[in-house]
Formats: sequence, structure tokens, C-alpha cells
Amino acid sequence: MTSADVVGPDRAPPLEEEQLPSGLRGVRERAWLNVRTGNLGPVPIIVGEIAVVIIFAFTATNFFTAVNFVNLIEQTAGTCMLAYGVVFVLLLGEIDLSIGYLAGIGALVVAELQLPGSKWQMNGILAMLLAVAVVSVIGGVQGSIVAFVGVPSFVVTLAGFLIWQGVILNKLEQRGTIIIQDRWINYTDLYIFSPAAGWVIAAIFTALYPLSILYKKIVARGTQIAQQSWTSAVLKTIGIGIAAFGTVAICNNAKIITTPEGLPLAGVLMVLFFVLLTFLAKWTTFGRHVYAVGGNAEAARRAGINVPRIRVIVFALSGCMAAIGGIVFAAQVNSVALTFPPGNLLLNAIASAVIGGVSLFGGRGEVRGALLGAVLIGTLQNGLNTLSISNGWIYIVTGLVLLGAVTLDTFAVRLQARSGR
Amino acid sequence: MSDKPPLLQLQSITKTFGSVQALDDVDFEVRAGEVMALVGDNGAGKSTLVKCVAGTHAADSGRIVFEGQEVHIHGPKDAAKLGIEVVYQDLALCDNLDVVQNMYLGREVSRAQILSEAPMEQHTSETLKSLAVTTIKSVRQTVATLSGGQRQSVAVARAVMWNSKLVILDEPTAALGVAQTEQVLELVRRLGSQGLGVMLISHNLHDVFETADRITVLRLGRNVGVFERRQTTQQAVVEAITAGMPTKVSGIPSTAGAGAGP
Repeated sequence: MTSADVVGPDRAPPLEEEQLPSGLRGVRERAWLNVRTGNLGPVPIIVGEIAVVIIFAFTATNFFTAVNFVNLIEQTAGTCMLAYGVVFVLLLGEIDLSIGYLAGIGALVVAELQLPGSKWQMNGILAMLLAVAVVSVIGGVQGSIVAFVGVPSFVVTLAGFLIWQGVILNKLEQRGTIIIQDRWINYTDLYIFSPAAGWVIAAIFTALYPLSILYKKIVARGTQIAQQSWTSAVLKTIGIGIAAFGTVAICNNAKIITTPEGLPLAGVLMVLFFVLLTFLAKWTTFGRHVYAVGGNAEAARRAGINVPRIRVIVFALSGCMAAIGGIVFAAQVNSVALTFPPGNLLLNAIASAVIGGVSLFGGRGEVRGALLGAVLIGTLQNGLNTLSISNGWIYIVTGLVLLGAVTLDTFAVRLQARSGR
Repeated sequence: MSDKPPLLQLQSITKTFGSVQALDDVDFEVRAGEVMALVGDNGAGKSTLVKCVAGTHAADSGRIVFEGQEVHIHGPKDAAKLGIEVVYQDLALCDNLDVVQNMYLGREVSRAQILSEAPMEQHTSETLKSLAVTTIKSVRQTVATLSGGQRQSVAVARAVMWNSKLVILDEPTAALGVAQTEQVLELVRRLGSQGLGVMLISHNLHDVFETADRITVLRLGRNVGVFERRQTTQQAVVEAITAGMPTKVSGIPSTAGAGAGP
């Protein structure tokens, strides 16, 4: 929620937006005010996503199908997990270049631990928990070097990039590929919910937003603090509902030959972590401190915030999300190979967050940006693939979209500064 | 007022950085309800003295007496616990956060780590109103959108909000225009009249004579005088700043200030 969403009843010289009428007309006029002042939020990227879908729907034969939609979710989930971690790191004004290979380490640890016939032969769920813990600790150690020694995060995580790449090479050079047979691990990407379960999940996620608004209204009862108008809350809920139920509807209609598909767990994970991490960023003291350190670390320190502690936790979180993303990627292909992580995972994850409006300079951005950015990049790459376009062009188009999104954002920020908001 | 012990009393504070004697046997006091200005040229030791009170630096020797009790301040948290708040020259606000978030920075109201926004917003509005800071339209504006004077007002309001007894203002008007300076000086006067002790560090004698009740002058890390504002002139204070003689010699307090002693 941005400050533009709220209307306060009782304050001396009222803001321009507070004089707006209530109801639908108010929502419309506020939207126009936001456009004029460059306060666009996630609108450009959603419009971009819709445009991309329409273009591919008409140009690629196998793009606009329910099966490909399920594929798209399964392909995007891993990048999205990494991008969530990137959001927090960028909010601090830091960077984590090691996440691509940390994802590889996460997948490698899981694969080793579950391997039948090895000395571990661990249960899949336990293996995943251990892998996530191990990589979180690695992230935390990297963060400690940044926070306590003062080495720039770029350098520390560049070293991590090389080191963890080296570890993966050493482990897999001889063996090539480790197959993952444990079903729990493979479920993380490929488990399919039954149609009914899909509807229930959609209903639960749709209900979260109006419940959060209701909670805020109840807490603010009897006070004069600013509140979101009912109309805009209802409209947003409808939008979220359409997205959630629409997704489930498409997934439930997907059929590979005769096997029915459905909502994949990968998609649920994307939304689940979006909700959890948004809560962490916006509703908790920790999240508030992350924004504060990214905005002005010296001010945060003087205000009594333990800045090194925040930095270490954020880098551990980045490692945690990288490990989860790595496991999801490994599950997608039921194995970990020498070529892991796939493609340029690191750059896709960072690009997702940046396209989603997270500033590289710290203090500005939202978790939802990573979700929207990852979906946009995923759609582009999936669409270009179905068009059988070469990898070279896929990189070029992704690069151009990144450039375009950041340029648009820069203009928006300048517009905001000029209109004094 | 003067029969009660002063709110804050610094006695014989000494601080050296390597071979540099930043503070040499400095005395200082602020009473509750008064604005005490601390003036001096660059390098006179003003900032160092503030940092000793704020807990950023520890004094090498000397006593800090707060409300009649000797205290030891080892960090900003100790100072805050006593009710001492510092508003720094460069504001120490987070531009990307809104007014409420800045007011509660590092001291958020929360239950089980979950923020309670409603009481924070409510209390912020009340605090600003009580200080007659009316130019801020919405407490949910980001601080980046505020003018210099409004930002300074937020910084001062934040210092006042925590039941503080002593507010230290380090060059509060250094970066402000004429109208905004007036706005902040008005706020400083109001703090004093609300019974807080105010320690105002400034280069600008005009500001000092507009707001202060008394003026302490430092020169080269030593006391050169304490002036009653009503009984002195800018000329006398300037002389003390540029050429004042130390009022204390080898630890023996002297009653003869460069102007009128207390």
C-alpha cells in the first residue's frame, strides 16, 4: 500500500487527493492523479505482462494453451524464489552475486542427502530442511563479512560466486548428474493439486487481502488515522480474485494427452512466499529496519537499530531463498547436473526484482515487484522459446525489457520528485 | 528555578584524541525549562562535548550529573534512557520512510515483532499538534517530500516525543532558509517553555540571541564564559568566542567570567 491509497478525514490543509470525492469517481480521479505524478506502482509491469501474453498468443502456436501455462508456472517458480531474496538485499542497498551458485549448492546438498545407496539416504523433507539451513548459514557468513569486516558486498559475493561454482564443479565433474528420486523433493515443483483443492487455495489467497484491510480498519477504529477507502479495497480484492481463480481455472483445464493437470505446487509456493515475505517486509519491526538501513544506514544506527544484525539476517535470507529456488529448479528436472544453475539464473533473478521496481540504491521497492518481474521475464522467455527463437535473441529481448522497465521507472521517480511526493 | 539542581551538569570534562586536547576541564550546565546555547569557533570542542553527553564518546575524566545524580553514559541507549535526545546537524532521518516511521525509528510499537501502526500514527499526529507543527499535511508522507524546515521539525518532534528531559540541538538551522529558520527557532523556544532543558549548539549568534536564555562560550576546548542573554550583547559574545581567556586555571573554578557569571 502506498500513501496514495489512503484518505485521511481530519487534517488541516488537506492534500490534493483528500479533496477527491469518494466512491468509484474518487478511485478514478485518484488513479489519474497518480498517473500525473508518476506514482504508477505495479501498473506498467502488469500492462506489459498483458501485452506480452497477447502478442505471443497471436504469434506462437503453442503458447496460449493451458498446458503451457502450467509449464510457465513451473519454469518461473525457481527464479521467483531467488528474486524474493534479491528484493531484501537490494532494499539494503547491497548486492548478492552468489545466489546462482548458492541455489546450486542447495540443490546439490539435497541431491547428495537423498541419494539411495549413499551413506545418508535421508528422507526428502529432512534433506530439504538441512539444505536450506546450510545455505542460509553460508549466506549469513557472507553477510557477516560484509557487516562486521566491512568488505563491500559486491566483492564478498563475487568471491562466493567463484567459490561455490568451484565446489559444484569439484563435486559433479566426475559424476556428471545426480538423479533425484525422492518424491517429496520433486513435488516442490511438479506436484499437482486436484481441481477442488485448487479452488480452495485460490479462495484462501483471495481472502487474505480484504482480511488485512479489515484488520487495519478495526485497529484504526475510533482514531483519525488515514485509511484506505472501501471502494479501492473492493476493486483490488476483485482484481486479486480474478487473478487467483483465473489461474486455477486455466490450470484445471490443462491436459497432457489424457492426463489431467492442475494447479502446480510451484505456483502455490510463489504466492505463499510472496505473502510471507510481504508480511515480513511491511508488517514487522525487522522489515521496517531493513527499509531504514537501506534509506539511511547512519540514521538507523543512531536510532539504535543494530545495523550489522539486519545485514547478516538479510544475507542469510538471501541464501535461504536461493536454496529453496535451487531445490525447485532441481525438482523440475528431477536431477542436479554439472550445468546447474540453469542459464543465467543469477541475472534473471536480479533483473526480476529490478524490473519489478526495486531500487539498486536501497530503501525503495516491494516484494511483489519480484513476483511480477519474474512472471514477466518467465513469460517472455517461455514465449520466445515456443516461437523457436534462438537463445541469443531471448537474451537480447530480456535485456531490452530490463532497460525499458528501469528507464520508465527512472522517469516515474523524476516525475514524483517534481510533483513533490 | 535556580534553587533546584540543574538538569544536566558537566564538571571538569576532559577529552583528548591522541595528542589533541579537544576538551580541557570544561564545565557546563543546563536547567530545566531553559535554552542554553553552546557557542564557539570551529574546533572549540562543541561537538565533542555533545558527543560526551550523547554517549558517542566517553570523556577521559570529569563528572556528568543529571538531575542531581552522577551518571555514566556509555552509549546512545544510556542517554535515551535518561531522557537525553540529540537532534543531529544532518538530521538522521530516513528519506524513504514516512513521518510516522521516522518518529518511531528504532523504537517501533509492536506486539511479537508485528508493528502496531495505529497507535504510532495517532501519537505522531498528537505530538506534532502539541508542538504546533501544522505545516506537515500528512504524517504518511515520505520525509523526502518535506521541506528543510519541516524535516527539522520532525527531527525535533522525534526527540521530544520520548518523554525526554533534555534535547540537544546541533546546528538546527544551518541548512535552512529565513522563513524555515524562524519556524524552527519558534519550536525551540516552545520546547523551553514546556519545561524541557534545551542545549542549542550554533554558529549563528542571531539564532542564539533569538532563543537562548543563557550562553556558554567555549574556545580551544576550554570555558571562556557563561552569559545571561539579557545582560549581554552579541559584541561581548563574539569577543569571548574569538579572544576569550579561560575562566578556570589548573582546575580551580574562577568566578570572573569574560561577561557576567551566573
